[in-house]
Amino acid sequence: MTSFSQAAMVLAQQGGEDVVGTGEAVAFWVLGPLSLAGALGMVFVRNAVHSALCLVVTMLSFGVLYMVQSAPFLGFTQIIVYTGAVMMLFLFVLMMAGRDSADSMVEVLRGQRLLAALFGIGFATLVVSALARSLVNVQAQAPPDPYDAAGGGGAGGLGRLIFTEFLFGFELTAALLIVAALAGIVLAYRDRREGQKRSQRELVEARFRGDYKRRSPYPGPGVFATGNSVATPALLPDGSIARESLSDLIESTNTARLIAEHDRVLGSQTEHDDARALLGGESGETGESEQEGEAK
Amino acid sequence: MTSVQAHDAMTSVLAKAQPLLAQQPMTRAEVLADDPIWLILLKVVALFGFGVIMTLFMINWERKVVARMQHRTGPNRVGPNGWLQSLADGIKLAFAEEIIPTSADRKVYWLAPVISATPAFVAFSVLPFGPQVSIFGEQTYLQLVDLPVGVLVVLAASAVGVYGIVLGGWASGSPYPLLGALRSAAQVISYEIAMGLSLVAVILYAQSLSTGDIVDAQRNGWFALLLLPSFVIFVVSMVGETNRAPFDLPEAESELVGGFHTEYSSLKFALFFLAEYVNMVVLSGFAVTLFLGGYMAPWPISAIGDGYFNTGWWPILWFVAKMMIFLFLYIWLRGTLPRFRYDQFMRLGWKVLVPANLVWIVMIAGVRAINTSTEVTTGQKVIFGAVAILLIVLLSLLIPERRIEDDDSVPTTGGGYPLPPLDLEVPKLTPRQAALEKDERRRKRKERAEVGAGSSTGTDATGKEADDGNV
Repeated sequence: MTSFSQAAMVLAQQGGEDVVGTGEAVAFWVLGPLSLAGALGMVFVRNAVHSALCLVVTMLSFGVLYMVQSAPFLGFTQIIVYTGAVMMLFLFVLMMAGRDSADSMVEVLRGQRLLAALFGIGFATLVVSALARSLVNVQAQAPPDPYDAAGGGGAGGLGRLIFTEFLFGFELTAALLIVAALAGIVLAYRDRREGQKRSQRELVEARFRGDYKRRSPYPGPGVFATGNSVATPALLPDGSIARESLSDLIESTNTARLIAEHDRVLGSQTEHDDARALLGGESGETGESEQEGEAK
Repeated sequence: MTSVQAHDAMTSVLAKAQPLLAQQPMTRAEVLADDPIWLILLKVVALFGFGVIMTLFMINWERKVVARMQHRTGPNRVGPNGWLQSLADGIKLAFAEEIIPTSADRKVYWLAPVISATPAFVAFSVLPFGPQVSIFGEQTYLQLVDLPVGVLVVLAASAVGVYGIVLGGWASGSPYPLLGALRSAAQVISYEIAMGLSLVAVILYAQSLSTGDIVDAQRNGWFALLLLPSFVIFVVSMVGETNRAPFDLPEAESELVGGFHTEYSSLKFALFFLAEYVNMVVLSGFAVTLFLGGYMAPWPISAIGDGYFNTGWWPILWFVAKMMIFLFLYIWLRGTLPRFRYDQFMRLGWKVLVPANLVWIVMIAGVRAINTSTEVTTGQKVIFGAVAILLIVLLSLLIPERRIEDDDSVPTTGGGYPLPPLDLEVPKLTPRQAALEKDERRRKRKERAEVGAGSSTGTDATGKEADDGNV
């Protein structure tokens, strides 16, 4: 702490001169390599999520570097926006894609490499020229006071600059973001016309109106079941099989055999009364249109 | 690792703000930056201890209160009235066997609980617990650091903390935790926006992002009363941010086993647990600081003895007491509300909280602009108000009337759940039923014709029926 305050004092005395305090230097030599390692790791690590994590390390280091440069607002905004929201979205997508999904080697976009190389060179030129200019031409200024709410390096000063001097650029960026967001919505939008899919309420009403033979869901495994798989037929209180619980779709259930068994147990009796209690139909022989009804 | 660096950065930033000549009374930040190293360490240890003890207390309190709400006794075996139950559980948990799934990504699996727990404690550093006091002869504030952007520190900490949950779910290498992690990622992105927006009004009125200044700005009235909509939205998104019921979708016990921490055991699970409760404590303290006047005494007490109870060590009492209100709210919500369905939860965040917040911010910004400007006379203000009310009334005419129910719909009585009315008339066949009936009749006729052709008798009929049996 004392070394930090000494450094701060040195810095404060020197004012605008080109001096780096001890604390700042230490922070830089710790965070600089870390952020570089993170960036390299992001490029070279195989696993996509590890790669994203490396980028998080880089972004966090940047955030802390900003704070050290007397720009705490920028630093924390960097952490909240980039680490908290942007990278979280990346992770979200990566997880949706699956844990072990590998990169596809097929290039979908034509001329991608050429464009990438062009833009890469252009960006590198920009960065190098800006860096060169900052090393030669730009006068170092005294760090703005972040505690000064009105001006300075806090939110107030930043806001003032954004809404006066850099208003055009700011509005342009905002427009770009809005266009991007709209594009995202348009691309992801799926038209759900009315009547295509019934809502839960509509379905309930249709059931109670009698459009379906059955008002309730199909029976579950039941109290006497030995398993809760859909392949296991539900048992009625007398131990016989509830026929409604047998599904044609599930191959592992021997439906034909079970139905035969069911009939053998019941003998000549057509249906168990309880088994039909939840069915809308009057008698036992109304079941055949069920599938049709449910499929609708 | 990052927390240490962040702390270094914070202190260095603070140090820079320190003036050379301290002739005028030192500001809060300057006093705090002047703390000797032993005092800083003492505060750090005290904050850590506070977090851990509050966690142990909260678990017990939660179990007891929920038990009370459900007419049970709750824990009553370990210690006086069972108050040491969570301590015993914690010790047991630390010595429990650790099981790591073979499909886990070991590095990330190990890192996740640490990432989850550390930022929760970091956020403690900016909460002001009290005013200037003297500790062993050293004048200081009951706060670790006072950053010019203190409010953002809490937001940043909660943003980073979620990484623990998301990575933990991913690294476990099984489907339920992954689903929990996905939910958590979507949840935190949505609710952080609502939370951040609800802070805007407070910052606008306090004219500062520093937590200490925000408390000072509430000397004449709590922001909870002045900015009620912001307060409500903040409380809702606060519960969403901490993954607590009714928004506990990432760990929904009834759907995802344990959600993101299904595959965690022993100390790593304990860390997740700790993080959740410390986050609750931090956000409760944050809510107190932003909206309930921070450590200041509530009104009748604050008037006693010319603000005597706002000085010295007393404010810690008020701060903790106010914090307890929020912590109780957490428990109460858990004991009362069922879990939201995922789409309902998202709809609440994006379609209710965020737009309402934006409208509210525009409103108060307008009101403030009019109030602070000297050119606007009272008469003009009245005209502005009248025009605004007129506009609202006109706009309300645009709201379409409720759709008239069609006569075909099933009559419902009470609760929105379709129930047969008392004077129920059994409806005639619907067109669909009629068609089915017709089909049936045709089939019967055909069948009879076949039987008539003389192939066989009753047994065949039952066999046929068996085939027709529904599936």
